[in-house]
Amino acid sequence: MIPENLLYSASHEWLSLEDGVGTVGITHFAQEQLGDLTFVELPEIGRTVEAGEEIGALESVKAASEIYAPIAGEVVEVNPELENAPELVNEDPYGKGWMFKIKASAEPEELMDAAAYAERIAEEAH
Amino acid sequence: MSTIFDQSTPGRLGCVPPEPAKAPASYIPSEFLRETPAEMPEVSELDVVRHFTRLSRQNFSVDSNFYPLGSCTMKYNPRFTEQAAAMEGFTSLHPVLPQLRGAGRLCQGALEVMYNLEQLLCEITGMAGFTLHPMAGAHGELTGAMLIAAYHKDKGNKKTKVLCPDSAHGTNPASATIAGFEVVNLPSRDGIVDPEVLEAALDDDVAAMMMTVPNTLGLFETHLPRITAMLHERDALLYYDGANLNAILGKMRVGDAGFDVVHLNLHKTFATPHGMGGPGSGPVGVSERLLDYLPISRVVQLKDGQFYLDYDYPKSIGYVAPFYGNFGVALKAYAYILRLGREGLTRVSEHAVLAANYLRKRLENHLEIPYNRTCLHEFVASAVRQAEKGVRALDIAKALLDKGHYAPTIYFPLIVKEAIMVEPTETESLATLDAFVDDLLEILARVDSDPDSVTAAPVTTPVGRLDETRAARAMELTCDL
Amino acid sequence: MPFVPHTEEEVRRMLAVVGVDSVDELFSVIPESLRAGALHLPPGLSEMEVLERLRRLSSKNASGLTSFLGAGFYDHHIPAAVDALSSRGEFFTAYTPYQPEASQGALQAVFEYQTAMTRLSGMACANASVYDGGSAMQEAVMMAVRQTKRRKVVISEATSPIYRTMLDSYTSNLNLELVTTPHKNGVTDQEALAAAVDGETAAVLVQNPNFFGCVSDYTELFAKAKAAGALSIMSFYPVLQAVLKTPAAQGADIAVAEGQSLGIPLSFGGPYLGIMCCDKKLVRQIPGRIVGRTADKDGRVGYVLTLQAREQHIRRQKATSNICSNQALCALRAIIHVCLLGKEGMQRTAALCIERAHQCAERLAAIPGVEMLNSAPFGNEFAVTLPIPAAVAVDRLIERGFVPGFPLSAYYEGLENALLVACTEKTTTEQIGVMAELLKGALNA
Repeated sequence: MIPENLLYSASHEWLSLEDGVGTVGITHFAQEQLGDLTFVELPEIGRTVEAGEEIGALESVKAASEIYAPIAGEVVEVNPELENAPELVNEDPYGKGWMFKIKASAEPEELMDAAAYAERIAEEAH
Repeated sequence: MSTIFDQSTPGRLGCVPPEPAKAPASYIPSEFLRETPAEMPEVSELDVVRHFTRLSRQNFSVDSNFYPLGSCTMKYNPRFTEQAAAMEGFTSLHPVLPQLRGAGRLCQGALEVMYNLEQLLCEITGMAGFTLHPMAGAHGELTGAMLIAAYHKDKGNKKTKVLCPDSAHGTNPASATIAGFEVVNLPSRDGIVDPEVLEAALDDDVAAMMMTVPNTLGLFETHLPRITAMLHERDALLYYDGANLNAILGKMRVGDAGFDVVHLNLHKTFATPHGMGGPGSGPVGVSERLLDYLPISRVVQLKDGQFYLDYDYPKSIGYVAPFYGNFGVALKAYAYILRLGREGLTRVSEHAVLAANYLRKRLENHLEIPYNRTCLHEFVASAVRQAEKGVRALDIAKALLDKGHYAPTIYFPLIVKEAIMVEPTETESLATLDAFVDDLLEILARVDSDPDSVTAAPVTTPVGRLDETRAARAMELTCDL
Repeated sequence: MPFVPHTEEEVRRMLAVVGVDSVDELFSVIPESLRAGALHLPPGLSEMEVLERLRRLSSKNASGLTSFLGAGFYDHHIPAAVDALSSRGEFFTAYTPYQPEASQGALQAVFEYQTAMTRLSGMACANASVYDGGSAMQEAVMMAVRQTKRRKVVISEATSPIYRTMLDSYTSNLNLELVTTPHKNGVTDQEALAAAVDGETAAVLVQNPNFFGCVSDYTELFAKAKAAGALSIMSFYPVLQAVLKTPAAQGADIAVAEGQSLGIPLSFGGPYLGIMCCDKKLVRQIPGRIVGRTADKDGRVGYVLTLQAREQHIRRQKATSNICSNQALCALRAIIHVCLLGKEGMQRTAALCIERAHQCAERLAAIPGVEMLNSAPFGNEFAVTLPIPAAVAVDRLIERGFVPGFPLSAYYEGLENALLVACTEKTTTEQIGVMAELLKGALNA
């Protein structure tokens, strides 16, 4: 359930970094906590963010949560499918449910690997 | 059930006024007029009466059902207050009337009601002054937060933060934010605010702390004297969310306890009807040092006994309502307070607290009660044990609907998992309380014997569980969307 | 004791279950130092006595006044069925429909209300209402601020000064810039508004008809605002909206109104009804409750509170607004009112109001020394200038049982002699005639 090749933030975003461009989504654990998503608010393309900056929001029927940028950089692409199909985040959080891409302006900091993240959510579940 | 718009038949007339001599286009150039009429229903008066009578029957209400909705105080709404508010001498009054020269004498009765009610609320709470202007509880909170901001600004204090316990109603942090403050959440310890936790969060940037007493767990804040002293030492103010004032009427006056600002919910404590979600009324009371900042206008009594509206308060936060708040609601609360008087109001709290503790004791062996000690007017149980078996608080709530009871508040306060918050109020008979317990115990027994029957509830209501995800995704918000 | 049903025997049984000897023991959780002494309140009264006292108070208020007061709050006829239906206990003793299966009546009624408000304003969406027209205006401004992330709002001075004073209070701690552009003899100065709109502007806010009763078309202004990236907010008057060009047709993004004129008595200022409508793209910014249509698993149509993740009980300090309650009972009155009048009745009511006001204006303008403040088109309200201060004229006519209107000097410098006069379908030709005669006499007194 926790892909090995990704990096994870404490606020449950995942980051896949390739050639300086990071793809971001939320984890399986996070989507499960939120329940069926009804709305995904994505950042504007071109916006530059610091790591940890609030960059979007998620809504389900009974909960809401912010999305934080796991890495500093410029937003270069957002997932256009999510506007009409927020359920993609529930159905395929690491695939079709990706949210946006950031052209990284710094190295990732304070992110966890899969094992550390697994430990972390095991703690949170208790 | 079809909508009233579906029932429309072209050409059918309802309750129409006479025809004008000329069309609007004779008076107003047509470029300012709409091209097609608004498609309002074309139905007869009987169609309308029947439609809304049917709708009313698809609704649980205090008049028809026990309504133990924690935090909301769903007590009986006496009918005489409705009659009072419907008196033509009140309903027909135009609100600008007292602002006209020579017209103050034409609304002396209404001004006297407002003045007297303010005085009564001062006595009940121990505050120095009241405004009736805020139009709901949350509006009172916003007004209170604005008063706090005005106080500090006037004193030259640079204070930016408001503390809210994690058990607070969501309106507290939202109201403080909208008044321009940064909100700091304060974790509870053993269900209440702990002085040590407060000490860690308290610095000179703290403008105020918002408290609900008893809090949303129904527990009294036993460290209150210490908390008050700690805040006042730093010139931080103490705000009282009056959502639960019905627990302490005649037992404690919040002004005497050191609170600086308080809002009341007349629709809770003073029995004005909730009206499916409003209108409410959220008067705000203040201690001596905040009097100057109260909203304008203020009702004043002159030496000759006449009442008038005074606008001359240069430090006032200004206008929070177009006029004097929800006068019609205030009028009902006034009638209620006159009816109950000193003893009746004290009885309200005594019996509300007795009923809540009675239910708590009767249920304590069947539901987890995380802070199981003497509560005031409500208590919070938890369905954690049932949830392990696949039946959640939500399911129990729905099963109660099938028994003809409205559901308790669920999933609030946020600090209790699978929360079930029960507030019986003073107006429910012992027979009703017992019937509720019996029905709840029967449902809890089914958690083991037949859990599917609980998770399938409700089955006796006009519709079953509705697909809320679909509602939020599809956003069908009118007949036309 | 009124409304407490427990007998002494029952109290004993309850105490036994709780395990305490007296009710007072339950309050021992309150520290002794905080316990109150006896309240200094009068003893309770019987129902008869309370009603008698209130009847006496109500009779101290004016009755039988013939009033031409408006200023945004109007005395319209309320069909009897509005009171009859809205006073059903199943409606007014219910609470917010948190359990939708047990609250379909309330939810469907609000859904129908939302539908009616969108059809009236032409906008796509409406919420379940807020407190009043002023709070609706404030919330509309905050919607625009959030949506555009800008902090300047341009407002016409011809927008209700009653609401503008509320805006001033609400925004005083929020670092917003409210720019007010002057009216021109009571007419909204659209050029001045357009000139004040720039790249920093979150919204331009106008009222139609404006506070002086003037009707305009704001299509061009709104187009200019849009070009500058600002939103357009229009405050409308629900009764006249049945015939006036809609906010949507003029290009408004948000339309708000005071709903008092739809079946709600004047009641000395409240409770009233804040109507809020918006374009579909702004629906997530609209505060308060919204009802949506959906279905249960058997496909039965039902209604729920939806989009709640914007609200304070979930978002807490990040909510779109702190608003919790709406004015559901007033919204119920409004939907019943518009249904009773229906499509035809709504149009006729608007037409009658306009007709009466034009008759009245003609009568008043014929009095020597009385002139219309401007020549702009108007609906059911208009301003005239008198040869004497309007407040003095009002004072003189009140002596005769007539309130001829609202003196504009209360809010506008330089308009000491201007009187704002409103008519509704209830105003009769006779009343207009008598008022005109009395006013004529008062001017010469």
